[in-house]
Order: sequence, then C-alpha cells, then structure tokens
Amino acid sequence: MLNIYLIIVLAPLIGSIVVGLAGNRLGRKLSHSITILGVAISTVLSLYVFNHHVLNDGDIFNQNIYTWMQIGGLNISVGFLVDNLTSVMLVVVSFVSLMVHIYTIGYMHEDKGYTKFFSYISLFTFAMFTLVISNNFMQLFFGWEAVGLVSYLLIGFWHHKESAIEANLKAFLVNRVGDFGFLLGIALVLMFFGTLDYAEAFSQKDQIIGQTLFGVSAITVVCLLLFVGAMGKSAQVPLHVWLPGSMEGPTPISALIHAATMVTAGIFMVSRMSPLFELSDTALMVVMIIGAITALFMGLLGIVQNDIKRVVAYSTLSQLGYMTVALGVSAYSVAIFHLMTHAFFKALLFLAAGSVIVALHHEQDIRKMGGLRKKMPITYVTSLLGTLALIGFPGFAGFYSKDMIIEAVHYSNLPFSGLAYYAVLLGVFITAFYSLRLLFLVFHGKSRVDSHTEEHLHETGPSITVPLILLAIPSVIVGYLTIEPMLFGGWLDDAITIDSSHPALAELKDHFYSAFALLTHSVVTPPFWMMVGGAVSAWVFCLYRPDWANQIQSKFKRTNYVLNSLYGFDRLNDVVFVKGSVKLGNLLWKISDMTLIDKIIVNGSAKLARYLGVLIRPVQTGYVYHYAFFMIVSLMLVLGWVLIASDYSFFG
Amino acid sequence: MNSLLSILIWLPILGGGSVLLIGNNRGSLAKWTSVGISILVFILSINLFLDFDTTTSSMQFVEKTSWISQFNIFYHLGVDGISMPLIILTTFSTVLVIIAGWEVIQNRVADYMAAFLMMEGIIIGVFSAMDSMLYYVFWEASLIPMLLIIGVWGGQNRVYAAIKFFLYTFLGSVFMLVSLIYMYNLSGSFAISDMQSLPLTLVQQGWIFWAFFLAFAVKVPMFPVHTWLPDAHVQAPTGGSVILAAIMLKMGGYGFFRFSLPITPDASSYFAFAVIVLSLIAIVYIGFVALVQKDMKKLIAYSSISHMGFVTLGVFALFSIMKMDSSGELISIAGASIESAYLGLEGAMIQMVSHGFISAAMFLVVGVLYDRLHSREISTYGGVVNSMPKFTGFAVLFAMANAGLPGTSGFVGEFMVILGALQANFWYAFLAAMTLIVGAAYTLWMVKRVFWGPVNNPEVNNLSDINAREFGILAVLAAAVLWMGVYPQPVIEVMHVSIANLLEQALTTKIPGIL
Repeated sequence: MLNIYLIIVLAPLIGSIVVGLAGNRLGRKLSHSITILGVAISTVLSLYVFNHHVLNDGDIFNQNIYTWMQIGGLNISVGFLVDNLTSVMLVVVSFVSLMVHIYTIGYMHEDKGYTKFFSYISLFTFAMFTLVISNNFMQLFFGWEAVGLVSYLLIGFWHHKESAIEANLKAFLVNRVGDFGFLLGIALVLMFFGTLDYAEAFSQKDQIIGQTLFGVSAITVVCLLLFVGAMGKSAQVPLHVWLPGSMEGPTPISALIHAATMVTAGIFMVSRMSPLFELSDTALMVVMIIGAITALFMGLLGIVQNDIKRVVAYSTLSQLGYMTVALGVSAYSVAIFHLMTHAFFKALLFLAAGSVIVALHHEQDIRKMGGLRKKMPITYVTSLLGTLALIGFPGFAGFYSKDMIIEAVHYSNLPFSGLAYYAVLLGVFITAFYSLRLLFLVFHGKSRVDSHTEEHLHETGPSITVPLILLAIPSVIVGYLTIEPMLFGGWLDDAITIDSSHPALAELKDHFYSAFALLTHSVVTPPFWMMVGGAVSAWVFCLYRPDWANQIQSKFKRTNYVLNSLYGFDRLNDVVFVKGSVKLGNLLWKISDMTLIDKIIVNGSAKLARYLGVLIRPVQTGYVYHYAFFMIVSLMLVLGWVLIASDYSFFG
Repeated sequence: MNSLLSILIWLPILGGGSVLLIGNNRGSLAKWTSVGISILVFILSINLFLDFDTTTSSMQFVEKTSWISQFNIFYHLGVDGISMPLIILTTFSTVLVIIAGWEVIQNRVADYMAAFLMMEGIIIGVFSAMDSMLYYVFWEASLIPMLLIIGVWGGQNRVYAAIKFFLYTFLGSVFMLVSLIYMYNLSGSFAISDMQSLPLTLVQQGWIFWAFFLAFAVKVPMFPVHTWLPDAHVQAPTGGSVILAAIMLKMGGYGFFRFSLPITPDASSYFAFAVIVLSLIAIVYIGFVALVQKDMKKLIAYSSISHMGFVTLGVFALFSIMKMDSSGELISIAGASIESAYLGLEGAMIQMVSHGFISAAMFLVVGVLYDRLHSREISTYGGVVNSMPKFTGFAVLFAMANAGLPGTSGFVGEFMVILGALQANFWYAFLAAMTLIVGAAYTLWMVKRVFWGPVNNPEVNNLSDINAREFGILAVLAAAVLWMGVYPQPVIEVMHVSIANLLEQALTTKIPGIL
C-alpha cells in the first residue's frame, strides 16, 4: 500500500514541478494535461484507498517514510497515517481538485499565467495531501503552511491588482497569527508527551491529566493553542478577516482552496486531535462558542454583500462555523460529514459563480445580473441544486449534515450549548435568506445586465459545465448515502475518540432510524421551518416587493451600518495592528536604535574620545623636560598607589 | 590527507596572493584563477564531510606543530561537528560571491577577488584553530579584508561604515585577548582545550565570560551592539554583504559554542537569563525595526539580527533545561527532556548554517536589482515580476525561507529552537514565536512592494531577467535551502556527538572545590 499512498501524494507534485519549470516550453495543452493526469491518478487511487480502508475495513496504515531528524531519543519523521478519516479526506480533496483542474481549462483560458496556474493548483493538491496523510505534528505543520503558501500565491495571482496583493499579504499574516498559536501548541505537545508522532502522543494522553500550566489545566492550554491554528486556517472569528479578501484570487481557487479543502484543514486537524480535545471541556466549550459566533454573525454579513463571490465567501465562513460547533460538541464525525457535503456543494456554488462571472465578462456585482436562468440553464440548474444543498432542503446533502449538527448541539451538555443551539438554528434562516437572495438576484427576475453583454450572453463551455454537473451529483445524493455509515456505522471510529461524558453523538444515534425517516420527519422540525422562513423572506424582498428591502434598510440604518462595516474588524486590525506595528517599529528604530544607541552611545563615545584628545593635546608640548616631569610625577603616583594598595606590606 | 585543514587555509590565502600578482590589468585571468581556486577549495572541503567520523566528539583532521615556543603557542588545527559545517558553509559561500562579482566588479578586479580568497582562508582558520592565539590572529585578521571590501568597493558612505565596523568589532575582541592572556597566565597554555579544563572561580569566569561576550555579541550581532551591521551592509558591495551575513556573523555564534560555554560554564549558566533577554529583544524588537525599513539591504540586515537571536537563544536556553546533580548526572529542570536541550543547541547550529544560505540569497537578490537600477530603496521598485518572472520566483522562495516556511531551511532552526526553548520557559518560546508573524510581515511586505503590484517606475519595465550566471547562483542556493528544509538529518547527524560533548562540558562546573 505504501507505494499507492506515495503515488497519491507525489503525482500532483511531479505534475506541478514539471509544469512549473517547463510550462512555457510545454505549451498550454500539454501543461494542463500533465497536471490533470497527475491529479486524476491521485483521484483514482484515493477511491481505491477509500474502498480498501472504509468499505473493506482495511487496517490502519501508520509508517514513517524517512527520518527528518533524529535527536537523542526524539525522532521526527515524515510519515503516513492512513485510516478512514484520511481516506475520506483524500477522496474529497482529490475529487474537488480534479474538478477544479478541468474547470480551470475554461476559466483561465484567456489568462497569460495559464500554465503557472496549473502548476500552483497541483502544488496545492500535493500540500493538502501531505497535511491530511501526515502521521505527526511536524509534517502536519509543513502541509499546513505549504497550503498557506499556495493560497498566498494564488490570491495574489493577478499581481497587478493592488487589492489582490493586499489580500494575499493579509491572508498570509492572519494565518501566521493562527500558526503562532499552533506552533506553541505543538511545542507543548512535545513537552508533555516527548514525541511529535500522533499515535505515540495519543497513547500517553492520560499523562497530561491533572498537570497545570500557569495555574490552568495543561490540556486546556494545549488544545486552545492548537485551536488558534484552526481558527486561522478555518477562518473563525476573529481570525476570519482574511477569507473575504481571498476572493481576489481567480474563482477556481476560491472553490478549491477557500471553500472546499484548505479552509477545512482546521476542522480536520481538530478531529484528528480528538483524543486531546476530549480531555478538556473548557477547550471544547470555547471551540463551540467561537463556532457558533462565526456561524451566526458571518452569515448575517452574507445578506448585505453585493459581490457574487463575497456572498459565497461569507456563506463559507458561516458553514465553517457550523463545522466548528460540531467539533465543540464532540460530534467530530458530524463535522467531517458536513465538511464533505460542504466541499461538494460549496465548490459547486463557487464554480457556478465563476461560470456566471466568465459569461458576464468578469462582472461580479449581483445588482448588474438577473434573469440569467434562461441563457445559462446548466449553470442555473446546478446552482439551484447547490443552493438547495446549502440551505438544507430536505433530501439534499446539506440537509443531513446541517440537521445533524443542529441536533448534536441540542443534545450537548456543555455550558452555553443552549445559546449555541439558537445561534445555529437562527443561522438556518439566514443561510436560506442570503442563498436564495443570491439565486434570485442572479438568475431570476428581470435582467439588469448591460445590453452589450446581454447580446453575447450564452452558457459557458463544457470544461466549465461538466465539473458543475459532476459536483452537483454528490451535492444531491452524498448526504443520503453516507449519513448512516459515516455517523453511526463506525466509518470514522478508528480515528476519532469521544469521551463518554460527551453524549451528543450517542444521543443522535439513539434518535436515528434511517436517512429516509429523517427526510419524512423533517417537516416537523424547527430547522425546516427556519429554512422555509428564510426562503420565503428572500422571495418577498428580492422578487415580490424589492422596495420593501430598501425601506427596511433605511429604517435600520445602524444595523445596516454595522453589517456593512463588517463589525469593524478590518478597521480595528488596520488601526491597531497594521498602523500600530509600523508606529512601534519607527519608534524603536528612530528613538532607540538611531538616537539612543547610535547617536548617543556609539558616536558619542567617538566624540568623547576626540574631546579628550583635544583636552590632552596641550600637554604634548614637545619639550623633553615637560615629559620627564610628567613621567616622574606619574611614577610617584603609581608607586604610591601600589604601596598603599599592598597595605604597606612592602615594609614588612 | 593529514594536512587538509592547512591546505584549506593556505590555498586560498596564497592563491589570493597570486591573484594580486596577476594584477588588475589582467582582470579576466584573475577572475578565472579565483574561481578555480575557490571551487578547488570547496571540493577539497567536501572531504571534511565525507571523511568525518560522526561517532566521536574529539577533534579530527588534527595538525599540530610548535609556532612560538617561548609562549607555548602552537599551530594547532582540528575540527569537530560544530566547526566542520561552518567551514563548508565558508567554502560554499566563497564560490558564490566570486561568481556573483563576475561582471559587477569593474574596478580593481584582481584585488577584489584576492580579498575574498584571503578572507576565506582566514575564516577557515578561525573555525579550525585549536590554539587560542592562532584563533585570535585569524579572528583579527579577518577584519582586514572585510574592511577593505567595504572601504574600497562600498557605497557612498563607505568610510564611515568601514571604520564603524572595524572599531566596533575590534573593541569587542581586545577584551577577548585580555582574557586569553589572563588564562595563559593561569595555565601556561594557549590551547583552547586546556582553557576548557582550567578550573576557575565564578568571579574569574564572570570576567572572562563578559570579555568573550563582548567579542562575540558584537559579531553575532546582539542587541544592543548591533548598530554597526545595518551600516556595514548598506555600504558593502553585494559580495561583502554576503560574506558578512553568511559567515562573519557565524564567527560570533561559533565563539559561544567553542569558548563561552566550555570555558566559562558556570558564568554562562549564571548570566544565561541576561543573554536570553537580549536574544528575545533581538528577535522581537529588531523584527519591528525591520518592518519600517525603506532600504532593502537595511531591512535584510535587521532581519539577520533578528534571526541570529535564535542562535543565542537556543544556546543559552539550555541552562534552564538541564543541570548536573552532585553525582555528575545530567538531570532536567522542571520535567524538561534532554532532547529539548539538544533541540536548542542543534537548532542554533542549524539556524547558523541556514541563515548562511538564506541571508546570502537575500543579499544576492538585492544585488541583482541593485546592479540593474542602482537603488536599494524599496520605493524605486514595484511590479518587478512583470519584467523579471524567473528572478521573482527565486526571490519569493528565499523570502519565504526568510519567513521560516516549513520545507525550507529557515524553518528548521527556528522550529527546533522554539520547541527547545518552550521547555525552558513557555514565554521564551512565546516571544520567539512572534517571529512567525513579524518575520513574515517585514519580509512579505517588502516582497509585495518590490515584486508585486503595478509598475510605477518606467525603468522597471525595462529590467532584463536574470542571466545564466545569476540563475545558476540562485538555483544552487535554492537547492541548498530546500534540501536542508526537507532533509536536515545529515547535518544534525554530523554535529550530534560534538553537541552532546559540549552539553556535558557546559553543565559541568569548573569552580574549584565543587569540582
């Protein structure tokens, strides 16, 4: 099996290197063929691995490939851990990546950086694989930062745009804030367990129980620091600020990196660390609260956005919040379940948005769209399916995963889980509202497209529509098919530990009969009516009486202002952290470095030397008898001092 | 080959002499001779690595003959796992700077090449001297070629920078000379190994420690004796900056390993906290200072200081991790593991080697731009990627390495030191890890303003991408940076036994009576 895993990981890397170095010589066609072939190989083999591990109960594979460093008894290796959790992630990542690769042929077809783009997305795929397949914290961190690097390069792909290069710098730095915590967490893991290997660390997890750090339970500190890393990568409040900006990148990577895979790395990581997180209720509670805040408040921002990609981006933030809530209530498999369904339908929604953007010649403002459903039927239908999945329409993928999260929160016994429950429930209303608002404004109603574009408007080509269709299929059915085995059938049991004091998942299992029963039962559940309410409101405000929306906006000016200023996070960061750092830097440099040290001490001592020189200069008269006089006086003084200092012992 | 070290020292020095004889009028011959010598020296130095015995901490490739017998001074050379990587770093970097100066240096070509060759031999002497007087001679001698490189081929304010560089470092090292002579008076020997086994009271050690500290801290450089470095870098020609950052700074770090820790272990332990505080100031404070620099070379110079802070932190964190109990057993303080002490020390070594690659690369990157537009100001540039895509690829790679991205050598040392320091004290690691944010901020902000964005300066549109020579140099460095990031184990294996021995020495008291 090792060779298969190696091929899965390395095939995209090889594609990336070949195309990255020789893309210009290979030409476009060969370049995209090579990278697509690499990812296709990975996808096929991932399915094989999925079949082997998940469907046929293959043994967990855990093996070091090579020793990265050996220091005394500490071995840090590069190695693979393939269990069911990894297998699921491999399939999700490789499949979405393959779709995005194919889609890119159409989307980037006019771009000068065509081959470079393929090289980058293949490199990303490699980095994401190393992250999910790692068997230790070092390699996890490598993959973690490597996906961040590619994200940085791709957000700034159109490097002539000032907004793009602002956004990629911001994305990298905010992620670094998360990584700062993550690295300290990893260092603490090493301190408490003496190893960076997952299996070894988890096997001694009981050792840390009862230990304290700064008077707080040590495991809580470890988990919270690790979670700070997850907050950066999975864009949880307050480290979410980079994700909307990441929309500056080309749409294929918004789908691949900033919706389906990279941003879910934090969710994956916390699930992977479930043996540790289960030891700290405090940490879990923080995870849950942060997730609930993100789910609710980021969803609200989706309502006021007018950029098609930004609406989907805020939706992604909100859905990541849902996953995080699920982690907090120890329903890790539910989080992974939602991660999977979300990867499909959110990648679909982004790619559909990209299809619209291409058709409208890079127009992204939804106020300048409308009525596109007749001209772009495939994009419309797939968008509709994706939207229904996102809002949790009964039967669709998102219905199962989101419903399970809400139920799990309901069953949680953590403090504040009641509040979290209302947050995620209200979130359903908001999700339905902004999702359908988007759908209605783009595809329904009267066209607001300018007449010139309108004339040429037509459905996009097959390289774009085929991935849409292929992603629409799992967006519809994957929830129905996998809910039972994944959540209750033990698919993820070999990777995830749940302490018996956290009953959410067990309760879910007790109340679960079948996917079909869940479907028929749905009309009597609160989430369903929240969804319907949101959908109807969207219809009213967007299609039925659009003027009401304006009236409400002018009535609730303050709320509107708060939402439009994105709760002020950007301004706070700009004023405190960006400007503050520059001010601090200037202060330290000009006052301490240049004035205090350099001017006063260094150059000052040089001046002092010169000054002393001037003082002593008159003594050098050139007359020998002056010198002799000084010599004698000096000699007497020195001798006298020696005699006194030696306590007259000279005289016995 | 018993005289390998002598060959490595004297071949470039004498070779440099012969290049001087060739003269500036025959520049081409001088260049080819220089590059031939430097490559030959590099290839020979590989033998140090290949024939190195990783199972012993004792000195290897030893040569010893009497030099000044009245004072018991020997011409005594040898290397262990601490000095050997630094010697190879030296021979490697010298090849690069000689090739880097190929077309750029038009003025006094032979002199320029000769200065670098002599510098190479002298620095190898510093790293391989086993007699403290021999060491001191090489140490001071290394100032002369660098002084000339800055003073002759430097920028506008070169004389100020050269003198500042000279006085600063010279001031530090005279105190070292005093303490060497002091110990000679006690032991009758200038051998470094004798000094390492010389019993000294805590007060004696304290004086010696600070005398050494001044010499090494200026070289590293540590806060607050760092202000010579930005000036020196800004004024030095590209090659000078490369050697200064890649190798000369390592002489300071090496000093802590070879002198401070083994000769004054008790004082090192006693004053460790002060050194750690200075290191953390270097990492955090200097990071913020780097953020606001407008001159690329200054920015990288400050970044160097910040990165070198990890070296001193990694070394001195050890005293909060391990101690020796009365029976001579190494025991850990507060549950830390012995591995974390290794992580600190070996992380410091890795950081030195890695910084050698990365700072060299960063200064060469600035050099490539400077050669074309004769400006180091960040504001001159913007949108360089449009006209220099290949070059930008390298620049971004090295910038990422400078920001400590995993997979590059820049990550390895910082990672190890942070892991180790955390076991000494959580807050050491906390402050050191700030570099993850601040280091990325100053490096990538510079990248953004220089390489990305719209082109504001029309001259940037006319820039020609790197030629084969520049491509070759940067590619070699890129390979080194990636290799050490992906597979650091070979370097660690080489040093591990020597570090283990050093750890033992550093934790064994030398105070008479307790001994």
